[in-house]
Amino acid sequence: MEMITVDRKIAPPIIDAVNFHLELKPYEKFELDNGVPVYAINAGAEEVMMVEMVFFAGNCFEEKNLIAAATNFLLKNGTSKKKAFQINEHFEYYGSFLNRACYNETSTITLHCLNKHIGELLPVVEELITDSILPEEELAIFKQNQKQRLSVSLKKCEFVASRLIDTYLYGENHPYGKYTTHEEYDAVNREELLAYFDKFYRHGNCMIFAAGKLPAELFQLLNKHFGKLSLGNNFQKPANEVSSTKKIGEKFKITNDPNGVQGAIRIARPFPNRHHPDFQKSMVLNNIFGGYFGSRLMSNIREDKGYTYGIHSYVQDHIQRSAWMISTEAGKDVLEATISEVYKEMKRLNDEPVGEQELQLVRNYMMGTILGDLDGPFHIIARWKNYILNGLDGNYFYKAIETIRTVSAEELQQLAKKYLNPDEFYELVVV
Amino acid sequence: MIRFERFVLANGLKAIVHQDTSTPMAVMNIMYDVGARDEDPTRTGFAHLFEHLMFGGSINIPSYDGPLQMAGGENNAYTSNDVTNYYIQLPAENLETAFWLESDRMLSLAFGEKSLDVQRKVVSEEFKEHYLNKPYGDVWHKMRELAYKVHPYRWMTIGKELSHIENAKLDDVKDFFFKHYRPANAVLVVAGNVTVEKIKELAEKWFGDIPSGEKYVRDLPQEPEQTEARKLEVKADVPIDAFYKCWHIYPRKDKRYYIADLITEILSGGGSSRLFQSLVKEKKLFSSIECYHTGSLDAGTLVIEGKLVKGVKMEEAEKAVEFELEKMRTEKVTAAELQKVKNKVESLIAFEDMSLTNRANSLAFYELLGDADQMNHELEKYNVVTAEDILNESRIIFRPENSNTLYYYSKN
Repeated sequence: MEMITVDRKIAPPIIDAVNFHLELKPYEKFELDNGVPVYAINAGAEEVMMVEMVFFAGNCFEEKNLIAAATNFLLKNGTSKKKAFQINEHFEYYGSFLNRACYNETSTITLHCLNKHIGELLPVVEELITDSILPEEELAIFKQNQKQRLSVSLKKCEFVASRLIDTYLYGENHPYGKYTTHEEYDAVNREELLAYFDKFYRHGNCMIFAAGKLPAELFQLLNKHFGKLSLGNNFQKPANEVSSTKKIGEKFKITNDPNGVQGAIRIARPFPNRHHPDFQKSMVLNNIFGGYFGSRLMSNIREDKGYTYGIHSYVQDHIQRSAWMISTEAGKDVLEATISEVYKEMKRLNDEPVGEQELQLVRNYMMGTILGDLDGPFHIIARWKNYILNGLDGNYFYKAIETIRTVSAEELQQLAKKYLNPDEFYELVVV
Repeated sequence: MIRFERFVLANGLKAIVHQDTSTPMAVMNIMYDVGARDEDPTRTGFAHLFEHLMFGGSINIPSYDGPLQMAGGENNAYTSNDVTNYYIQLPAENLETAFWLESDRMLSLAFGEKSLDVQRKVVSEEFKEHYLNKPYGDVWHKMRELAYKVHPYRWMTIGKELSHIENAKLDDVKDFFFKHYRPANAVLVVAGNVTVEKIKELAEKWFGDIPSGEKYVRDLPQEPEQTEARKLEVKADVPIDAFYKCWHIYPRKDKRYYIADLITEILSGGGSSRLFQSLVKEKKLFSSIECYHTGSLDAGTLVIEGKLVKGVKMEEAEKAVEFELEKMRTEKVTAAELQKVKNKVESLIAFEDMSLTNRANSLAFYELLGDADQMNHELEKYNVVTAEDILNESRIIFRPENSNTLYYYSKN
C-alpha cells in the first residue's frame, strides 16, 4: 500500500471554537395545579430519565445548625407506612437511584430511573414529602455515624482548611461560613426536624426539573402526585449578613496533623455573585489564572516546579455572594514557595496584558468545554437549573459566550488589578 | 445496543468507530494494554508515572496540551493495574488535531530530562496526597501484600514505595515505552459525529506509518490458590477502628465473575442491602460498611470493609459479618432479591451508556478483552445467574482459607 507521508511538525488546520454556533436547548415549562413550576428537557437516546424536586429548604432557613441537613437526610428513613428498609427496597427493586442533598438555599430529592418504572416510583416520592416521620431511632443512627465521619474528616488538612477559609470569608454565623461540630450533632432533636419538615417540605416551596427521553404522560403523572399538595412557589431567597471577624489580608497558619507530609493552602477573597457586571469576564481571567490544566498556576507550580499534584483557582458556586479561591495541597517543604508563586502569578496578570495566543487558546478551550458540556439532557437541565436558581435567564448563556469571544486583554488586566491583589486575600495554611 | 465498525491497520493497531450524529463532539480513546501488573517488582509505579510523561511532549510536538486546548479540546488519562487509557473530547470538526497528537506520541516521546524530573515530583506529591497524608491511606498497600504473594497485583498502581518513583531513570522510561506503547498493543476508538470512511482515512494517514514493534507477550506469575486464612493487625493514627477482609475471586472473562459481582450487590448495593441493613441499621456495629470487588482482569478480590461504631470490639464486628456470610452460604436468595440486583445492573448500564466518553471507553476496554461487541451482551451474562449460582459461589468464595483479614486499630 502506498504510504501517505505527513509532516508531523505541522498542526492540522482547526476551526476556532469561538466560531461555533452554540445553542442552549430551551426548556419546556409547565405548571402543576398548585402552581409548582416544572422545567423539562426532553432529549437523549436511552430510555432513562431524572426528576428532581428542589425545595427552598437549605440551611439558610434554619435557626439552628444542622436542622436543614438532618431533615433532608432523614427524608428516606421512614413514613407512617414504610420503614427505611422498605423505602430503599422499593427504589432499589426498580433499579432506580433516589438521592437527597442539602445546600445553602435549596435542598433536593432526585430520582434517576428507567422510564418504564416511573409510575411505580413517583407515588413513593409523594409519600416521602407528605408523610415522613423522621424516626427517633434513625436520627440517633444518623448522629452517631455522622459524628464518626466528622472525626475522620477532621484528620485531613484539606477538610479543616476548607472549613476555616469559609469562616474568614463569611463569618461563622453566615450559612456559607458556618460548620458543624460534634456537640451540634448531639443538640439536634426530632421535634425541631418535624417542624422543619412540615414548614419547608410538606408546606414548602418547590420547583421540579425533569430530563431524559421523557414519557408523554410525565406531566399528568407529576400533576397527579404533586399538583394537589400544599406546595407553594414563593422562591424568595434570604439575604444573610456577612459577619467575618477577620481582617482582609490576614494570614493564618494552623497545625492539624504534626506528622503529615503535606499541607493544605487556601487563598481567598470576597467576590460578587453572578449578577455583577464583572462576573462573566472574570471567569475568563480565572481560567487563565488557575481554571484549567494549561492555566498559569498549573503550568508554573505543577508542570514547571512539581510542587503539587494539582492547583486550582475558582469562584465559589454561591447564590448570594461569592469568593475567589486558590486551593492546593503541597509538600510541607514547598508550602511557602508555592504561596509565593501564587502571588507572583497574580502580579504578572496585574503587570502584563495576556498575550494574544494565550487568550485565543483560552477562548477556544472555554467554548469547547461549553460545547462538550451540552452533551445530553442531564447536562442541559443542570445548566438551566443553575440559571433559574440564580435568578438568570437564557440570555446569560449567550452573554457568556459573547464575553468569551470578545473580552480584551486590556479588560482582563483591569480586572486583575481590581481583584487579584495579594493584600486583599485571606491566606491560610493547614499542616 | 451500541453500534460500531472495526478495522485493523497493517501495523496491528486495532481501530473502532462508533457514530453518534446527535452530538457536535468527537471522542478519541486510546487504550494501551499495559498496567501496573506489567511492572518490574523493583520499579513499581512505573506505568502510572509513564502516563504523566505522555503529556511531556512527543518527538515532533513540544507541547501536547496547548494545541489541543486551542482546538477546543480536553483530555485526561488513567492507569490501573491492568490498562492505561487516554482520551480526548473535542469539537468533531477539529478531530484531526487528536489524530496528530496521539499518533505522534505513539510514534515516540520527546524523552526530556526536565519532564521526567518534574513528573517524578508531581507523582510523589500525588502519592503523599492520596496514600500518606490520608487517614487509612495505606490500607491497600497492606491488603494487597497480604492477599497476593506472587502476582503483581501485590502492589498498587501508584507503586509500592516512593523511592521507586524517585529513582526512575530516563533509560527505564525509554525501555518501557518501546516495549508497551506500540500499535499492536493498543486499541483506538473514535466516537461521535464522525464517519467510518473519514476515520479510516485519518487513521491510515496518521497512525499507518508507525512501526508495529514487537508484540508484548504477557507472562505473569499467577497467584496460587490460597490455602490458609491470613490475618494482619495494624495500629495507626486514625480516629476509628476499621475492619477489612477480602477473598480471591475470578478473572474478568470468567463467567463466575458476574456471580461474584451480584454477590457484592446483594451484600452492599444500597440502603436495602444486607450488610447495611443488618450491621449499620439493626445491630449498629458499623457506622459504614461496603462490599465491592476490585474488577481486575486477572483474578481479583471481593472486599468487605467497614468502620466500627466506637466501643464495638473488632471480634464482635467480624462475627456479625460472618453471620451474614453464613446466610449467603446456606440460604438461597429470594427471586425478588436477585431480580433487584439485576435491575440495578440494567439501570447502571443504561445510565453509563448516555455519555459518549463512557461509550468510547467501554468499546476500547471490551476490544482489549477480545471483542468490543461484548459490551452489548453484559446484561445477558448477569441475567443468566441463578440463586443456586449465588449459593454455590458464596460457599466457594467465603471459605476461611481463602480470606485475608486486616484489623486496622485506632491507636488513640
